[in-house]
Amino acid sequence: MALDEVKPVVETGESYDSNKEFKYVGTRPNRPDGLDKVTGRAKYGADHAVANMLHAAVLRSPHAHARIVKIDTSKAEAAEGVKAVVIGTDLPEGLTGGDLHLQENTLARDKVYYDGHAVAAVAATSALAAKDAVKLIEVEYELLPHVIDVDEAMKPDAPVIREGDQGPTVPEGMHPNVVNYMEFGHGDLEAGFAAADLVLENTFKTEATHQGYIEPHACVGQLGEDGKGEMWVCTQGQWFIRKMCAAVLGLEASNLRVTPSEIGGGFGGKTTIFSEAISLALSRKAGGRPVKLVMTRSEVLRATGPTASTSMDVKIGMKKDGTITAGSVEFRMQGGAWPDMAPTGMALNCAFASYDMPAVHHVGYDVLANRPKAAAYRAPGSPMAAFAVESLVDEMCRELKLDPIEVRMKNGAKEGTKASYGPTFKQIGLMQTLEAAKAHPNLQAELGPNQGRGVACGFWFNHGGETSVTLALGNDGTVTVSAGTPDIGGSRASVALMVAETLGIPYDHVRVNIVETGALGFNEPSHGSRATFATGKAAVESCNQAIKEMCRRAAKKWGIDEDAVEWKDGAAHPAGPNAGEFPPMTIKKIAQSMGRSGGPISGHHETTAGGVGESFGTHVVDVEVDPETGKTTILRYLVVQDAGRAIHPSYVEGQYQGGAAQGIGWALNEEYVYDDMGRLQNPVFLDYRVPVASDLPMIDTVIVEVPNPGHPYGVRGVGETGITPPLPAIANAIADATGCRMRHLPMTPVKVLKAIKERVNG
Amino acid sequence: MVEVNLWSGLRRFTDGELVVTVEAKTVGQMLDALVTAYPALEPVIESGVSIAVDGEVITDAHHIAVKPDSEIFLLQQLKGG
Repeated sequence: MALDEVKPVVETGESYDSNKEFKYVGTRPNRPDGLDKVTGRAKYGADHAVANMLHAAVLRSPHAHARIVKIDTSKAEAAEGVKAVVIGTDLPEGLTGGDLHLQENTLARDKVYYDGHAVAAVAATSALAAKDAVKLIEVEYELLPHVIDVDEAMKPDAPVIREGDQGPTVPEGMHPNVVNYMEFGHGDLEAGFAAADLVLENTFKTEATHQGYIEPHACVGQLGEDGKGEMWVCTQGQWFIRKMCAAVLGLEASNLRVTPSEIGGGFGGKTTIFSEAISLALSRKAGGRPVKLVMTRSEVLRATGPTASTSMDVKIGMKKDGTITAGSVEFRMQGGAWPDMAPTGMALNCAFASYDMPAVHHVGYDVLANRPKAAAYRAPGSPMAAFAVESLVDEMCRELKLDPIEVRMKNGAKEGTKASYGPTFKQIGLMQTLEAAKAHPNLQAELGPNQGRGVACGFWFNHGGETSVTLALGNDGTVTVSAGTPDIGGSRASVALMVAETLGIPYDHVRVNIVETGALGFNEPSHGSRATFATGKAAVESCNQAIKEMCRRAAKKWGIDEDAVEWKDGAAHPAGPNAGEFPPMTIKKIAQSMGRSGGPISGHHETTAGGVGESFGTHVVDVEVDPETGKTTILRYLVVQDAGRAIHPSYVEGQYQGGAAQGIGWALNEEYVYDDMGRLQNPVFLDYRVPVASDLPMIDTVIVEVPNPGHPYGVRGVGETGITPPLPAIANAIADATGCRMRHLPMTPVKVLKAIKERVNG
Repeated sequence: MVEVNLWSGLRRFTDGELVVTVEAKTVGQMLDALVTAYPALEPVIESGVSIAVDGEVITDAHHIAVKPDSEIFLLQQLKGG
């Protein structure tokens, strides 16, 4: 086809009037899954059981880096109750790129790359028999030197983890562990620094943290010799599970049906596969019997995606009046032993996104290390970037005796700003979040001895993505919505509210089901804060399609033109006096007779959703630091964030609070601790310490609404931005309380006490 | 013709150019045209990029239209959590 024959679809720049008053959108009805969850009826991954089911256990590497010389599974195969054993060489050969990396991580073939890497798996008639049989597998390893720290992994003498995975952008001469290189920016950096009254630069480090979802990975997989199978699984994306498992096992994707369970947290960590394909491989070898695989907490921490660890240099120039003149960053990030897993590019893009700066420069390195294959974690890369940049901005504000909120308002990104990553921002709400934070009572609270206040801003892009939704009218006028994005943060309620609003029917008349892969077209996972945005947008379009059909049915009944019918308040009406006088035909009435008026009525919409709106937030935290122990207590915490439009404000507030809680854990306690053999030392929640309720105050929230014109109800997406400001906000508060600038997370009592003692002792 | 802003790490594949002009009416055509004009960009684009068109970041929607006055940036691939 010639170029000028192409008729491109225009989906960016869509503009909806989302400043209307709404009846259902913005209300707080009961959550649709509430009763099931409080009564224990909700079925999570590990709750699923089917007849004739086997149980799996996995043998994992005790070494950080080793060559597999020999695996002997004969004793395990002979053990009582064992029905199948699989190792890496049982999986098909010939995969490349990301599919190969998934397969290598599923079961090691020639080498193990980290402590906890899966080596073999057993399916047996009981979980106990499987665990016992795993102990009978004999593996001979040849130990190889390992590297854990990102800066060490880049040094010339660092052990080479993988050969041939270096991307084309990496400058010549760099260590093979450096697999990707990025560089971008705009403006005259040197002139910017020359124009500044103060130029500061420092290095910041963050440690790997885990998403910390309460529900471990769990699935039941069944695969026959004919290559047809099923999986019931806890996941953020059933189509991704299908696609990835099919690739790893050499199956046809449509032959695998994947049904998602309720999900006990994912935060990005359940957008990929870890052990799911093992259950299918075992099932195929066990004659098609279903195999249940439930990870232990230790397995989750050792072998599922934590986020990257980082080492980051930042340099910023500022005038005495607070004007930022230039900024540069160099980020080094490791995401485990496979390329493209560290969120380096996203961290760079987010680093200065909150600022309108004349000159910026970004450099990033994606580096391999002998750690688990990293997965996405809530706004991947942005929290680390914010920690580095927002800490240094705060340091400069203190040195120049400037108010940190005023400096951010002076330099803050707004509509028309050329973003640090290039494009021009459309409507965004950063300034509104700063104004709301400034006006909040928490900023008036007086601080006592050893107490301090910290401020920081954060940013996330949000995402649209591939989406498919079906809506079906029941014969009583109620509606069922089939959605493909697992409900990880309230999307069933928010989609039901948008459908209720669009159709003009009560919220209780809408049920939203999260369906299996055979029931809809492809859906991306619930990631990128997209579920309410994209599924909601597709659901509204499905409503519009159904409304059009309902109006057509009414027009036919009344004997008038269908253009002379309009839809309002849940009924078809004549559009005006010229259309004739007919009583409204309600959705219930249309539904009751739809079989006689032309057949079932439904609506359907498929899209790669455009119209995404970015989200900014401002956090203010007050802390008290015990000068004798170094322990930091959070006194007050305020989250202010632009939601675009809060469809169900309680869920939005929950997202804000959840992001802050996870950020507090990242800032103060959480980290992967390795011994000198590269073995993870804290793979249980007792030692890997996430915040619990008694660690936190009630987290205050303010929802700012700067509607996104790219969504019919103004939605931006709220799931991720909330985790970006806590890391620097708390570091800034600790600096205010103690005079000590903490540049290496987590800010544990030991580290803070050491810093206090060093400051006191000069 | 549309103007495409590249990230500076890609200069080595585009004869030092940071802004290049190609013939395209959609994002997909724009990416194809970039590879045709600068074959060394192919592995970078094949491994995944995001594109910002008039301020909106697009990852996979290659059907999206681009116009002569569109503001277009090639970005590292963005994924959410």
